[in-house]
Amino acid sequence: MTETRSVTVEREFPHPPGKLWRALTQPHLIADWLMKNDFAPAVGHKFNLSGEWGGTLDCEVLEIEPEETLAYTWNYAHDDPQFDLRSTVTFTLTPTPGGTLLRMEQAGFRPDQPRASGGAKYGWQQNFDKLDALLGRME
Amino acid sequence: MDSLPTQDTLFRTLADPTRRALFERLCREGEQTVGALTAQAGVSQPAVSKHLHVLRDAGLVRDRQAGRQTHYSARAAALAPLIDWTSQMAGFWESKFDDLEDLLKRMDQ
Repeated sequence: MTETRSVTVEREFPHPPGKLWRALTQPHLIADWLMKNDFAPAVGHKFNLSGEWGGTLDCEVLEIEPEETLAYTWNYAHDDPQFDLRSTVTFTLTPTPGGTLLRMEQAGFRPDQPRASGGAKYGWQQNFDKLDALLGRME
Repeated sequence: MDSLPTQDTLFRTLADPTRRALFERLCREGEQTVGALTAQAGVSQPAVSKHLHVLRDAGLVRDRQAGRQTHYSARAAALAPLIDWTSQMAGFWESKFDDLEDLLKRMDQ
């Protein structure tokens, strides 16, 4: 048995679930807030997310419940096991009086190998890109 | 040792379930002798001692000699690199949620 660790982020958006669902499942909208992609809303569909940092994430749709749940794999193949990431990202939408609560859980980081640092490294790459862009705009 | 363990050391050290259970117990119940820890560990005293040494070398616990007894306690601060890592990963998604929020606003227009 492999024990894994998860990261969870939750936020309430002042928009109805249907609208949020479109942003999560339409490729041109996904590209706007997440990454370039060839997503299609069908279980078993394999797609890629292409990061600004030049890397590609291998993904496969695992679960779709319109306006409720969306889950896909979030894998980053790397020869060095330290950066080889196998994880699952699950979005859960819950209607609230003011809009929609969006919960994202990324699960599968293995504690017995520092693979997780690949994910963290990836995340930081993105953050640094954003910082870089911000600094560019400030001039 | 007072320095913080590296992320790799931390993940590797806490990957062992027996070791993790010992660490969790020290966090919850405070300082314990090796004997008291062995009584609930489900493994032999030499095995418990060995795990405690690994935890100590990783900086997760400290030991205190009192007569013939060795007392162990958890160094909660040693978990900081693990917490940092979780925050970094959460930070990635937080920034994506910022972008999503921005997109949702624009979709109305």
